[in-house]
Amino acid sequence: MKARIADRWLALVSPLGLLLLWEGLSRAGLLDARFITPPSAIGRTLVVLTRTGELPYHVGVSVERIIAGFLLGSIPAVALGLAMGLSRSVRALLMPIVAAIYPIPKIAIYPLIIFYLGIGEASKVSIVALSIFFLVLLNTMAGVLGMDRTYFNIARAYGARSIDVFTTIAWPGALPSIFTGLKLGMGFAMIVIVGAELLGSDAGIGFLIWRSYQIFAIDVMFAGLLVTAVLGWLATITLDWLERRAMPWRTEHK
Amino acid sequence: MLRAADQVGTGLAGIDVAGLSKAYQGRHGPSPALQDVTFTVRAGEFVALIGPSGCGKTTLLHILAGLIEPTAGSVSMPRRHPGRLGTALVFQGASTLPWMTVLDNVAYGLRVMGVPARERRERARQHLGQVGLLASSDAYPYQLSEGMRQRVNIARALATDPAILLMDEPFADLDEQNRLLLQDELLRIWQEDRKTVLFVTHSLDEAIRLSDRVLVMSASPGHITTEVPVPLGRPRDFQKIRQDPAYGALSARLWGELREEVLRANRS
Repeated sequence: MKARIADRWLALVSPLGLLLLWEGLSRAGLLDARFITPPSAIGRTLVVLTRTGELPYHVGVSVERIIAGFLLGSIPAVALGLAMGLSRSVRALLMPIVAAIYPIPKIAIYPLIIFYLGIGEASKVSIVALSIFFLVLLNTMAGVLGMDRTYFNIARAYGARSIDVFTTIAWPGALPSIFTGLKLGMGFAMIVIVGAELLGSDAGIGFLIWRSYQIFAIDVMFAGLLVTAVLGWLATITLDWLERRAMPWRTEHK
Repeated sequence: MLRAADQVGTGLAGIDVAGLSKAYQGRHGPSPALQDVTFTVRAGEFVALIGPSGCGKTTLLHILAGLIEPTAGSVSMPRRHPGRLGTALVFQGASTLPWMTVLDNVAYGLRVMGVPARERRERARQHLGQVGLLASSDAYPYQLSEGMRQRVNIARALATDPAILLMDEPFADLDEQNRLLLQDELLRIWQEDRKTVLFVTHSLDEAIRLSDRVLVMSASPGHITTEVPVPLGRPRDFQKIRQDPAYGALSARLWGELREEVLRANRS
């Protein structure tokens, strides 16, 4: 327990150290504050943007898109991934399509999505959903395939129907891999949503950064990047918490 | 071919296996795992099955549990009553479901059999009590010792009130001391309602201690080479039977039967 608390403090050392170094170099005149905004100025910009309500608005828009896209992408991905893990024929049927679409950079599909769904929320939510779908699908399937066969035999020996095997064996057994997929997917979702907002949008963190570029507001660009980093970190913490809640049966992590 | 073979009403059933063969489809044509296996277990009898590693013991149990289909031959299956399982199998090794509490693990068989929630919890508790784990109802398997997990597996099988209990080397992963404790417990529980038991093991001592009769299986493809009755009374006191001259004679005889098969299994 003591070691764990120590770890938490240690985790703060490297980011804080980096910020201090940055600020120091800026004050010493080694970094030109006009091009590379020092942390203290970024902080002031963050306060101003928060007061005007601009920052909360753009963050809110991006977060909503990520959450909606996450649900839209991960729920069918888990269902289909379990089915592919359980059934050889479903796997044989769908694997070629999955293997073909999976490696396409999802942001490259974005222009097409805008063409079909317009520049509004639907296209943003869809690109997030699409970017995590295959990751979660493949991880879920691998999770089922990697499970000890004994668990399935236990279910069958007691006369379990397919639906029982699905809900009582495959789903809980694949949960660890499903969370691996969700965590990987979260990273991709952040990349893709900010990218999509840069390309074509009228709100969101990506839009904020792009607009600041157009008016040379370098401090706001840095502020946007910092907020993105914090969002990613918060997302990881949330998923870790969910993971522990969903699987109280796992051995305590060391 | 499966046929019903229990005495109506009593819920007791024996095992009747005739001419059973199983071949797996290998890369170079079918490879036989079981060859013409024939034996019977009377209702209420405790029979041990020993044989060299890889001789098809697990395959045989999986056929009896209905997990796989035989290639040829017939097996009698007890009739299924509502809320009861015909044959329950206690699996080898770590076979508790890690994502369920101890109570849910024990109730699992009843759950997939469609027994209502309240009744299955009650029955699960009763059987947890039988193996002395009532206090650990809400624990998860990772919090238990290997011996406790194996008790959970036994309780899960017993909770379905099967006519026949099949056990696949249930104590193989335990240390010697816990193995002795669990053997004691198993016999005590068995003594209460005398279910028909087919117990697969690779331990000669275990076979003699527990069973009324020992079936010896050949190296692969497995068939029953001989059967040896165990002339020791019940209830059994392990301290006493160790000193019984019959124990040593029996052990020597079984090893005589098994030795050739083990050598043959190692050669192939």
